[in-house]
Amino acid sequence: MTEDLNKGRDIFKEEAYELLAKLENCLLELEMVPDDKEMIERAFRAMHTIKGSSSMFGFDAIANLTHEAETVYEMVRKDKVKVTKELIDLTFRVIDQIMAVIGKHEYDESADESKINDIIFSFKQLLSKEGLEVSHPSSLRSRSPQERELSRSSHFAEQDLAEETKSTKRTYMIYFRPHHDIFLKGLNPLLLLSELCQLGRCTIITHTDLIPDLEDIDPEACYTYWDVFLTTAEDINAIRDIFIFVEDNCEIKINVIDTGNSLDNEEAHKHLSNIIFEKAELTEKDVEGLITGWRNTGKHNEVKNNSTGDSLQDKLQQGGGMVRGHQMEVSSIRVAANKLDKLVNLVGELVTVQARLSQAVITRNDPEMLLIAEEIERLTDDLRDSTMNVRLVPIGTIFNRFKRLVRDLSNELGKEVEFTTRGGETELDKNVIEKLNDPLVHIIRNSIDHGIEPPANREASGKSRRGMVHLSSEYSGANVLIKIRDDGAGIDLKEIRKDAIEKGLIREDTSLTERDILSIIFSPGFSTSEKVTKVSGRGVGLDVVKRCIDTLRGTVDIDSKKGRGMIITLKIPLTLAIIEGLLLKVGDNQYILPLSAVEECIELTRQDVAGAHGRHIVNVRGRIIPYIRLRDFLNIDGTMPDIEQIVITEVNGKKVGLAVDHVIGEHQTVIKSLGRIYRDVDVLSGATILGNGKVAIILNIPKIVEYTESKEMTMVSGSA
Amino acid sequence: MNIETITDTRQYLTFKLDKELYAVYVAHVREIQEASAITKVPRTPEFMRGVINVRGSVVPVIDMRLKLGMQAAKDTIDTCIVIMEIGLEDEVIIIGAVADSVQEVFELPPERIEPAPKIGTLLNTKFIKGIGKHNENFVIILDIEKILTADEIAIVREGSEGVNEENVLH
Repeated sequence: MTEDLNKGRDIFKEEAYELLAKLENCLLELEMVPDDKEMIERAFRAMHTIKGSSSMFGFDAIANLTHEAETVYEMVRKDKVKVTKELIDLTFRVIDQIMAVIGKHEYDESADESKINDIIFSFKQLLSKEGLEVSHPSSLRSRSPQERELSRSSHFAEQDLAEETKSTKRTYMIYFRPHHDIFLKGLNPLLLLSELCQLGRCTIITHTDLIPDLEDIDPEACYTYWDVFLTTAEDINAIRDIFIFVEDNCEIKINVIDTGNSLDNEEAHKHLSNIIFEKAELTEKDVEGLITGWRNTGKHNEVKNNSTGDSLQDKLQQGGGMVRGHQMEVSSIRVAANKLDKLVNLVGELVTVQARLSQAVITRNDPEMLLIAEEIERLTDDLRDSTMNVRLVPIGTIFNRFKRLVRDLSNELGKEVEFTTRGGETELDKNVIEKLNDPLVHIIRNSIDHGIEPPANREASGKSRRGMVHLSSEYSGANVLIKIRDDGAGIDLKEIRKDAIEKGLIREDTSLTERDILSIIFSPGFSTSEKVTKVSGRGVGLDVVKRCIDTLRGTVDIDSKKGRGMIITLKIPLTLAIIEGLLLKVGDNQYILPLSAVEECIELTRQDVAGAHGRHIVNVRGRIIPYIRLRDFLNIDGTMPDIEQIVITEVNGKKVGLAVDHVIGEHQTVIKSLGRIYRDVDVLSGATILGNGKVAIILNIPKIVEYTESKEMTMVSGSA
Repeated sequence: MNIETITDTRQYLTFKLDKELYAVYVAHVREIQEASAITKVPRTPEFMRGVINVRGSVVPVIDMRLKLGMQAAKDTIDTCIVIMEIGLEDEVIIIGAVADSVQEVFELPPERIEPAPKIGTLLNTKFIKGIGKHNENFVIILDIEKILTADEIAIVREGSEGVNEENVLH
C-alpha cells in the first residue's frame, strides 16, 4: 500500500522537478527583464501547479510555501508588486527548499518546518514593505492546512471567475471512473471532484450501481464512479490538469457538449443529470433538444451561433477538434527510462540476428532469400536509428541548470560573470546527458573559481569587469563537441609543471609538450588553487571529470593561454549503445575497434618489420608512426601471418598503429557490458555478439596505448 | 561450516570435476550450455575462461577446475557450462562455470549433509557448504556464492595487474 502511495509521490516528484526547473528558468529570465509579462505568467502557472499537486500528495508544507509565493506573484501579475532582486532571491530559496523536501527519501513534515516558516515570513515581510499585507486575509494560522488550501484556492477561483465571466463558457461532460484500487495509491477522488467544482458551475452525478452486496465488499476498494457536467470558462487543459496525477489509475472521458453559454444555469444542469439517470448515457440528440429548448424559450440571448439546427453538430465538431488539437499539442509522452532501455536492448538483439541472417543468406546463394534479407537489413537499420533517436534529448536541458549555478557562484565569490550558451538544441543520448551533468558542473565551477578573476583584477589587466563563460555544443561526425570557454586568467604552464614535480607526478627532467603539461591537471590529486574554497580546490575535480568522460568513451581536451582564458573541449560519442566498429582478427579471436578512432589500414610485410630493426615503427607516406602488436599485447600464441595489417588510429592527437592479423571489415556493434566482474579490466570497453553467436571484445584504444607507453617507459628507465 | 543454514530438503545439481562429484543448490542454476565458443578476455587470470553469449547477454565463465586448484583439462564432448545466478551485494549476476560433465539433480535432506572436515578434502573449506551422502557416494556441496563473489573481483583485479607486470618483464 505504501508502495503505491510512494509511486504516486514519485510521479509527483518527477513533475515537480520539471516544474521547478521551468520556474528557475523563468526567474533567471526575469532577473534580466523584470517586467516580462509572459515570464511572470509562466512562473505563476508553475507555482500554481506545484501547489495543487503537492497538497494532493500530502506535501502540505510545500503547498503552504508555494501558496505564499504564488500570492506574491499574483500581485506581481496585477502590477501591484514589482519584481525585485529580493523577490527573485526569495523565490530561489523556495525552489531550493522544495527540492530539499521532496529530495528526501522519507518525507517528514516537521523537519523543514522552521526553514519553511522562515521563508514564508520573508514573503510576508516583503508584502508588508509594499504595504499590501492588509489587503489579504491573514487569518491563516488558526486553520488547518487543508482548509487553508481550500479557502485560498476558492478565493482565487472566485477572482478568476469574476475576471473571466465575460468570455464564453463551455459545458463539458466528464466521465470519471477511478480504478478499484485508487485508494491504495493514496489518491482521493473526492478531492478531485471538489477541485472540479471550483472551476465553474458543476453538477456531479454519482453512480453506485457497481457497489456489490455487502458480503462481497472490499472496504478498501472504490466502487463508485461519476458523471460531471461542468460549465466553465476554463479550457479543457485546466480540467485535464486536475486529473493529471490519476490518469493512470482511472478512466476519464472529457467531452465538450456545448461551446456556447446555453447550459450555464441550474435547470439545464438538472435536465442533463435527469437524462443521465434515466438512460445512463447522453446522446447528441438529447443535448441538441435541450439547447434548442433553452434557446426557444429565449432564456439565453448570448448565443453567438444562431443557426439552431446544425449548431450542435458544429459544436461537437468544434469540441472534437479542440480535443484533437489538444492531443496534437501534447506532442510528447512520458515513458519510463527502463522501458526505453529494454527497447534498445531488443533492437540491439535484432541487429545481431539480422547480421547473422545476412551472413547465412550469402552462403546459401538464393536470390529470393537475399532480397528478403536485404529488405530486413534496411528495416533493421531504420528501426535502429529511430530507436536511438527516441533516446536523444537536447543538451539544453542541462545547460539551463548551469545558469543558476553560475549566478549563485558568482554572487558567492564576488565575481561578475556573464554566462552564455549556444547549441542547446544538440541532441545526445539521455543516459549520456545525465552523466555529463557532474563533469560540466565541475568544469564551470573551476572556470569561475580559478579562471575568472575578481572584477578589480580584471580591470587592472585591461579586461572588462565582467568575466565571460561560454558553453557551446555542436555535432562533429559521430560525436558531439562540448566546449567550455572562459576569458579568465588561464593556466600558467610553469606553475603546473612546478606543482606536478612537487607532488611527484612527473620528474624534474621529464620533457613535456604544452599539451602534456595541460593534461596533468586531469591527474588525480592535482589542484593549483592557492586556497581551498567551498567551491573547488580540494584536489579532486578535474580528474573526476576525466574519469566521467572516459566512462562515456569520450575525450577531454584542454587549451589555455596564460592571461587569456581557457577552453576545455569534451568530445562525446552520440550514443552509448550501438557504434560502428571495425572487426579484426588476431589468432583465433575477433576483436572490435571503434571505427570513429580508425583513420586507415595499411599492410605490414616481413620486409617492413626487418627494415625497422626490431623497432615497432612504420613509415606511412613519410610519417613515422609507432605501432603496438595486439598479438603481443593480448598474449595470444600461434604463428603470425606473413602479411599483417596495421590499423592506424588517432589517440589524443597522436597517431598510433595497432598491428593485427587480419582486418575483417566494418561491423554494426551493439555494445554489451562485460558486467562488474570485468569492470577493472580497463583495456576493454565492452563486448558484442557477432553474427555467428560468438562474443567479440571491444578494445579501448587509448588505454592500450597508455599501458604500452607506461610499460615502455618502465623498460627504458629500468635499463638506464 | 555454514551447514546450519541448510534446514530443509533441497535439490542439488551434481557435476564432475576430475573424478570427484560436486553439487550446487539447484536454485542457483539457470541453465546448462555446451562448452563452445568461449571468448577469452585479455589480461585476466587463467581461471577466468572468458565470456559467452547466453541468449543475447555476455556472461563471464570461470573454470571450476582451476578455481578449485586442480589441474587444467582439455575440453571433451561432455564438458559443459553451468550458468548460475548469484546475488552479489545488491544485484544479481549471471556467471558460467565450466565442469567436466553434468550428472543429475537429486534431493538431499539436511540430515545427510555433514560439515566439511578441515583436512583431507584438499580443497579450501571456505568454498564448501558441506559433504552430502548420496547413493553411497560423497558429494561435495559447494558454496557457489562464496566461490564466485567478493573475493572473485579482488582476484580479477590482482590477476590483471599480474599479467601486466609479466608483460613489463618481457
